[in-house]
Amino acid sequence: MKSRHKRLALIGGGIVAVALAITLILSAFRSNIVFFYTPTQVANGEVPKDTSFRIGGMVVEDSLKRQADGLTVHFVVTDTVKNIPVSYQGILPDLFKEGKGVVAQGVLDQDGRFIASNVLAKHDENYMPPEAAEALKRAKAADTAQSPDGVGRNS
Amino acid sequence: MIPEIGHFSLVLALLVAIVQGVFPIAGAALGKPAWIALAKPSARLQFVLVALAIFCLAYTFAVKDYSVLYVASNSNSRLPLHYRVAALWGGHEGSLLLWVFILNIWTLAVSFFSKQLPQLTQARILGVMGLISIGFLLFMLTVSNPFERLIPAALDGRDLNPLLQDPGMVFHPPMLYMGYVGFSVAFAFAIAALLGGELDAAWARWSRPWTTLAWIFLTVGIMAGSNWAYYELGWGGWWFWDAVENASFMPWLVGTALIHSLAVTEKRGSFKAWTVLLAITAFSLSLLGTFLVRSGVLTSVHAFATDPERGLFILAFLVIVIGGSLGLFAWRATSVGKGGSFSALSRESLLLSNNVLLVVAAASVMLGTLYPLFLDTLNLGKISVGPPYFDTVFAPLMAPAVFLMGIGPLARWKKAELPELVVRLRWAFAVSLATAICLPLLLGRWTPMVGLGLFLAFWVFAASVQTLWLRLKLAGLPLTGRLRSLTRSWWGMWLAHVGIGVFILGVTIVKGFETETAVRMHPGDVAHLSGYDFVFDGVSEVQGPNYTATQGNLRVSRNQREFASLHPQKRLYTVQNMPMTEAGIAAGLWSDKYASLGEALGDGSWSVRIYYKPMVNWIWGGCLLMAAGGALALSDRRYRIKRKQEAAATA
Repeated sequence: MKSRHKRLALIGGGIVAVALAITLILSAFRSNIVFFYTPTQVANGEVPKDTSFRIGGMVVEDSLKRQADGLTVHFVVTDTVKNIPVSYQGILPDLFKEGKGVVAQGVLDQDGRFIASNVLAKHDENYMPPEAAEALKRAKAADTAQSPDGVGRNS
Repeated sequence: MIPEIGHFSLVLALLVAIVQGVFPIAGAALGKPAWIALAKPSARLQFVLVALAIFCLAYTFAVKDYSVLYVASNSNSRLPLHYRVAALWGGHEGSLLLWVFILNIWTLAVSFFSKQLPQLTQARILGVMGLISIGFLLFMLTVSNPFERLIPAALDGRDLNPLLQDPGMVFHPPMLYMGYVGFSVAFAFAIAALLGGELDAAWARWSRPWTTLAWIFLTVGIMAGSNWAYYELGWGGWWFWDAVENASFMPWLVGTALIHSLAVTEKRGSFKAWTVLLAITAFSLSLLGTFLVRSGVLTSVHAFATDPERGLFILAFLVIVIGGSLGLFAWRATSVGKGGSFSALSRESLLLSNNVLLVVAAASVMLGTLYPLFLDTLNLGKISVGPPYFDTVFAPLMAPAVFLMGIGPLARWKKAELPELVVRLRWAFAVSLATAICLPLLLGRWTPMVGLGLFLAFWVFAASVQTLWLRLKLAGLPLTGRLRSLTRSWWGMWLAHVGIGVFILGVTIVKGFETETAVRMHPGDVAHLSGYDFVFDGVSEVQGPNYTATQGNLRVSRNQREFASLHPQKRLYTVQNMPMTEAGIAAGLWSDKYASLGEALGDGSWSVRIYYKPMVNWIWGGCLLMAAGGALALSDRRYRIKRKQEAAATA
């Protein structure tokens, strides 16, 4: 019977180890998920405070402003319904362009400005990031569903 | 005409694949020798047909025939010849053709190098590989045909995605696919064994070299991709936990587990069912990787076409292959039989722990990769799981695995004594602990992660040296004889393990001590980073074959001594009007100095990113050592002896 006890101990140890690993994985998972929101959702205050999230949409034409240091940039992201101002310090990816789709990750500050820590690069001129495409699609759907009250500006 | 020949040979290849997939397996089940005998000729004929098809496509690329849609979409008349040929796998359709072609290379190899196997087993293995081939050929011919005509023909092609116009494009995809598809051999062996109900040590012995070879290719393929991303993307990163990288990494983790589990099955007869399950899993993950990368469900540089029809086809194929093989496993695994018993502390139990850790790690990567897709499909919201998740999960899972890796080679099979192991490894432990504490202090910065990384790296080195020393001492022969007493497969294991140490050392140092800065630079400005001075000499214009580039010129010096110059470029590929950043790197054994150009800020100044990357090349060096270890193990005498015996037997 001794070998059977040993085997039970081995299996038990294995289960404990795997359970520990799963706990570790799930807790890391919970604290590192990044949610995606559209500019409309951000403007309506549906986003969590103090946590990092992603927004996507189009960069508004002529909205790109560069600070004197040359590295801090400000631009506006829109889903055609609401606009969200974004600030980013760093070098923009190659395919960042006004009038094109963009996805940014960061946090919202008190004034409703999105402070991006990361602006995602896309790899093809004609390619729309799915998140950005989704934001435009949802905005359009909402627009046709409700009575259109014009292009809202984020206060 | 040539594209039609290619297309037609694909159709013929499908018919041959059906013969190869159906008759040998049915023949083995019904006992019809004539059907069984079809296996080899049909496998070889299929290879010839698929080779003809891929040659036709390559030719079409080479002669710039833009009446073929795929060629017109992925090539351009100004693209240099080697990229025109590599453009063959630059898109969805062509990369599938490459997949099938590589599957056929492996099948052909199996048909020639499996004479030692019983004929029934050979027939079943080739049959399973034929079935896989049917799936992919059917896919190509129905929804993803690389030979589809474009009428009227385009005047010129739309060009290969500039990101892919790099020497890496020539090596990375074929290497990776050789690895991915190579696991199909281990998979076919496992399925054949389940069908035949003969899972024994011989099965593991035949499976082993094939699996190792596939693993070598996968290791080198992933390494090449990582290195490519490092110098191409201009962010100085070498691994992004991007879904596509994960797709190649999951089969690698499970494949690594499989190699070790096969060793136990061969040597001790244990873990049979587990090994079969790993073989099925490794190949299923390779298929999943193909699905993730090629169906367009991912936002990635690798996902070219978004086409739900294709995605559905691959998904259905995936369900059939994985579901079918797991079903077969559930049905037949009970007949597999038990292996030798072993105690709680033995080489078997250590290898089993490592296996479990590797598989759990692969599962955690899978969770992070698939969960966002899953939520998106069910319309539960869009999320992304970033590098922090993988970093937090991976280090704690791999740390014990690496620690056990140091002990494993010293432990005895069946039953090891803890006190003996402690005595043998106490110096290795002391040395690595001392290094982990002292070395970071010497380098000026101690963090828990740096300490842990250095401990593990030096633990691997010290334990390897200790193992070698004990091996040499034990034999009780003169030194040359002792060295000879160690087999090549032992040296291969040793070298691959040292490679892991080198890899960990590289990762630890680069993560712990890298520095970067983004600055605005006028010509003549100097940036300082980690004791190096980077002088910006302005930009010049450079003309490439199919791009124009603005090239930044930087000189790197240390203590007033100039020793390198960097030439990062900002290219504009004229055909697609697409900008690309090309990093300038001064590479070295101890550190890389890395610069990439941002944007022109007017008045002649540029934003410039500069990185200092200590020991970053050790990361890829470690991978190469692992692959070299695998190659050494493959060249082991016992494989050659068998071949010789075989030759003698047939003569």
